[in-house]
Amino acid sequence: MLDFAYLSLVGVYSAMAVYTVAFLAFTWDLATRSAKKPVPVMAGGGREAEAPAAPATWGPFQRIGLTLSVLAWIVHLLATIGRGIAGNRVPWANMFEFGLTSTLLIVAVFLGTLFWKDLGYLGAYVTGFVLLALGVVTVNFYVDVVPLPPALQSGWLVIHVFVASTATAFFALGAALSVLQLVRARFEARQMAKARIMNTLPGSSVMESLAYRLNVVGFVLWSFTLIAGAIWAERAWGRYWGWDVKEVWTVIIWVLFAGYIHARATRGWRGSRAAWLGIIGFGAVLFNYTVVNIAFTGLHSYSGL
Amino acid sequence: MEPLRPSDYDDGAPERPIQQPSLGWVGFGRFMWRQLTSMRTALVLLLLLALASIPGSLVPQRSSDPNGVVQFRRDDPELFEILDALQLFDTFTSVWFSAIYLLLFISLVGCILPRTSHHLKALTSPPPDTPARLERFEHYRKETAEGTPEELLDAAKETLTSHGYRVKVDGTSVSGERGYLRETANLVFHFALVGILVGLAVGTGFKYQGQRVLVEGQTFTNQLTSYDSFNPGRFFSDASLEPYSLTLNSFTPTYQFDLTSGFANPLDFVADVTLRDAEGAQDLELRVNEPIDYAGTSVYLLGNGFAPWITVYSPSGDVVFSQPVAFLPQDSNLTSLGVVKIPDGLPEQLGMIGFFYPSAVALETGALTSVYPEPDQPVLTLNVFRGDLGLDEGIPRNVYSLDTDELTQVTGGDTGVDSLVMGLGERAEIPGGLGSVEFTELRRFVSVDVHRDPTQLPVAISAVFIMAGLIMTLFVTRRRAWIKITPGKKGQATLEFAVLARGEDPGLRRGLDDLVEAFSQSTKSRLNP
Ligand code: HEM
Repeated sequence: MLDFAYLSLVGVYSAMAVYTVAFLAFTWDLATRSAKKPVPVMAGGGREAEAPAAPATWGPFQRIGLTLSVLAWIVHLLATIGRGIAGNRVPWANMFEFGLTSTLLIVAVFLGTLFWKDLGYLGAYVTGFVLLALGVVTVNFYVDVVPLPPALQSGWLVIHVFVASTATAFFALGAALSVLQLVRARFEARQMAKARIMNTLPGSSVMESLAYRLNVVGFVLWSFTLIAGAIWAERAWGRYWGWDVKEVWTVIIWVLFAGYIHARATRGWRGSRAAWLGIIGFGAVLFNYTVVNIAFTGLHSYSGL
Repeated sequence: MEPLRPSDYDDGAPERPIQQPSLGWVGFGRFMWRQLTSMRTALVLLLLLALASIPGSLVPQRSSDPNGVVQFRRDDPELFEILDALQLFDTFTSVWFSAIYLLLFISLVGCILPRTSHHLKALTSPPPDTPARLERFEHYRKETAEGTPEELLDAAKETLTSHGYRVKVDGTSVSGERGYLRETANLVFHFALVGILVGLAVGTGFKYQGQRVLVEGQTFTNQLTSYDSFNPGRFFSDASLEPYSLTLNSFTPTYQFDLTSGFANPLDFVADVTLRDAEGAQDLELRVNEPIDYAGTSVYLLGNGFAPWITVYSPSGDVVFSQPVAFLPQDSNLTSLGVVKIPDGLPEQLGMIGFFYPSAVALETGALTSVYPEPDQPVLTLNVFRGDLGLDEGIPRNVYSLDTDELTQVTGGDTGVDSLVMGLGERAEIPGGLGSVEFTELRRFVSVDVHRDPTQLPVAISAVFIMAGLIMTLFVTRRRAWIKITPGKKGQATLEFAVLARGEDPGLRRGLDDLVEAFSQSTKSRLNP
């Protein structure tokens, strides 16, 4: 019989190799951008400019980066499916698999958003982040395929974790836009015309609005994660809420993003402060996935480590 | 009509002048109330709530990890004292945490009640008048059309209505507003939050939760005395215990042995049970993740293990003890620890601490270990203690532990006498002529939790409303539109279209173009190209 677990791992490494080249192409594009025509800056406070949609204006390196990202993503997808076949179940039951699926979803959401808005300038971030994450999970979190213990055999687990991963993908992109928004806002405030890379990016208010829309989708998904988790907890442990460590962090993240959404509608908080909240929220998501899974003990010790 | 918003609400529009509060107590009270129900306060309280939850994940909590708390106290008694004084081991019921969420709760109610009454009024009032100069709007188009003013007005009304606008004719123009659902959904969302909070609070008062260890063949009836431990809410009454009984007929685990890791992975745990109530009996399967729901209570399968049947004979051969004893699993291969107490029938009271190994093998040191969680080579070992078990003092004793401080050890440990070791069906003499012990039979046990939480359904319904409210706010946009008709010569008229966003509205421009497009296709008029 084919050793799917092994093939899957080969797939992950191959995808990483291709992501690396894509990352280099995207980075090169950013570094040489200054030569291109700047996108007009929208003055702060105004409504969102109609951000350019199709990647028609893309430079050659950006196109190479995109093509390679799609290729890497397909390999990544096959590797993830292979892992699922090896375990004869969904490939998101321990930290390694969760990392595999989450990164797959981040790239998927990124590629998906390109049909909607030109977020091509996030290519370097997305490929770089995914590369780093894949490296960490394969080196530090890899575990052999083992069957699920009875407590984890639940349809709600499948939904809960998958939706959580999807939410993570949206938050990851939202946070990147918030960072760019902050940097961009600083340049706008100082009117630094010489920062040529920055001038090729959309204005900070456009970034803010894009980040908001991605984060709101993430928030809806995260709310669902919370509810599905509570249902699963009720079925498995007999209570829907018990302030288990993982539950606590899921709520902290939810409340942080509720705060973020409110901040965007609060005088004095709209703009940079709201952006910081979005970034902190995504930081909490990462913390929840890494530190909480590894260092904190709780009922959710599914890391497999 | 604008939805009502706290004074520090920001939708990206320029700041409006803020009214100075009037002086005096009433004015001050009103000022404080406005502060409490402002966006900023809600935001700060939300962030505080997130911050205040963090200790609950860093320090073990009495509610979710009581053993962790005990461990903490043992490891660092001094720090324990300080943290306990700060209620850090009960974060989520602490004074400071409760204060934050109560304030948030008040702020929430204070925010949404006035908004609701305002919105109800808005739902029944017509859209606002058409502004005098539409060309000031960012999203504006001017066209010319043929048709009488009446026809054009009709067409304009029809166009806006068919796009979901509520319309009002204002002279020669039509004013429309749509997206009331957005505010409705937002209010539904916030009310559902209140529903969850109330549900959680009421739930803790009325729910109960009981644990029971059931050995194969045993029956448990849903009565207080039947539980090994029971945690009722503050308003619990015996009447809420539904009368029924549950018999464990058999328990069947399924394992898969993983050759590479050498571990047995559990695949499935099934308990065959019989549930009896006034109506009769029914056979059911109880699984992990698949509780039995019965009359508002749920029965969960939480743990399982072995319960060796132990028989103790007096020196003269009389049976003084004969029953299955649940041994608590210590590792994944179900090496299990159990305690037997024999207060009567022997010359002296006896206590025994034993290990059970379902698949025993001897290590090089001579110690036993279990290599598989199934009973391939079941072995029971017992260390015997004699002396006063302290059962008569009226102090409640844990059946799973034996306080050996006052007892004299007879076998095992430092006594130099080997522990009693028995295979299934074997009998061993207790040294010193104290009697004998037999490992008579091997049974399994399950530990079940029985829960009742009457607010579970209301909380679930609130959760559904939360999701519905959220999704609706995401997809519904609030928008205003105007179509103004200025009659010209020869049946020609000038048409002005304008739209205005109320909040987040990425598709505004497209919305305007759609309106013009729809108007030009309407039967009653003809837009000039
Ligand atoms: C329990 C705490 C709260 C949570 C978790 C929460 C959460 C949310 C969320 C997720 C949204 C965006 C979704 C939607 O519009 O339906 C929102 C919107 C809103 N909330 Fe809250 N909220 C809370 C308390 C409050 C309080 C106390 C106020 C009053 C000051 C308030 C006022 C608003 C307003 C005005 C909006 C609309 C924002 C906009 O138009 O963009 N919320 N809230």
